[in-house]
Amino acid sequence: MAAALFYALSLICIVSSLIMIFHKNTMYSVLFLLVTFFSVAGLYVTLNAQFLAIVHIIVYAGAIMVLFLYVIMFLNMSHIINFQKSKAIKIAATATGLMFLLVIIAALSSATYNGNVTAGHEIGLASTLGHIIFNEFLIPFEVSSILFLSAMVGVVIFNKKDLIDE
Amino acid sequence: MDTGSMTGSNMDYLAILIQFLVVLSFVGITIILTHLLGPKRKNEEKLSNFECGIESIGDARLPYSVKYFLAAILFVLFDIEIIFFYPWAVNFKELGMSGFIKMIIFVTPFLLGYFYVIKKGVLKWH
Repeated sequence: MAAALFYALSLICIVSSLIMIFHKNTMYSVLFLLVTFFSVAGLYVTLNAQFLAIVHIIVYAGAIMVLFLYVIMFLNMSHIINFQKSKAIKIAATATGLMFLLVIIAALSSATYNGNVTAGHEIGLASTLGHIIFNEFLIPFEVSSILFLSAMVGVVIFNKKDLIDE
Repeated sequence: MDTGSMTGSNMDYLAILIQFLVVLSFVGITIILTHLLGPKRKNEEKLSNFECGIESIGDARLPYSVKYFLAAILFVLFDIEIIFFYPWAVNFKELGMSGFIKMIIFVTPFLLGYFYVIKKGVLKWH
């Protein structure tokens, strides 16, 4: 049952992400990205990462999606934009994509897979994660807030650029 | 919690999956049924967007101010901050005073950033 659910969610995830990439209409791409996010959240639940699943829905499907929609709103989509790139760029893009694929394949082939991992059901709960964050990974957790501060500085700089244009 | 052969707690989420299926099938069935059963009057008045009786001008794809995007980025940042509160709140009693101080250290840059953003007038609409 759990395995069937996992494969069904994986199939939905892969198919919807492919539709997202190949659809001409950006709005539909965003909708299929949403489907991908939800199916990935479902995959997290089947992998005993319940907290991560909820965070994935709140942050990605809730917040990051809004950012994507704003970016689409910035691009004037009333006329279809044709992305005509030169041949050199196309070749370079294909080459880098294939190289990335090679890196992934190399990483996966060198990884050791020893059967089912028995991590227990409690591993992904918010309470377990809280203990780990506030004890073991305290320093990265505190440093991450500096990262958020830097993002806020970036927002302020964007705002300044906006003022100069006016 | 543990239901024997099933992998315990993550099977509790099966209810959510069933709800998803029910919601999706309800929406799908209602859309298909209304198309099949409803009358079809296709004229220009019926097919135009409803704009509260006012004739629509242009289309919805207008360029927007970057302010909206900046507000959205700030929303995402504080949203992620709230996410980190969940694991803390669940263990609030166990972590006690030290956990509280750790959280204060975490939140201080956010508060500084918040005042910085307000001082620089990012949230000001002009």
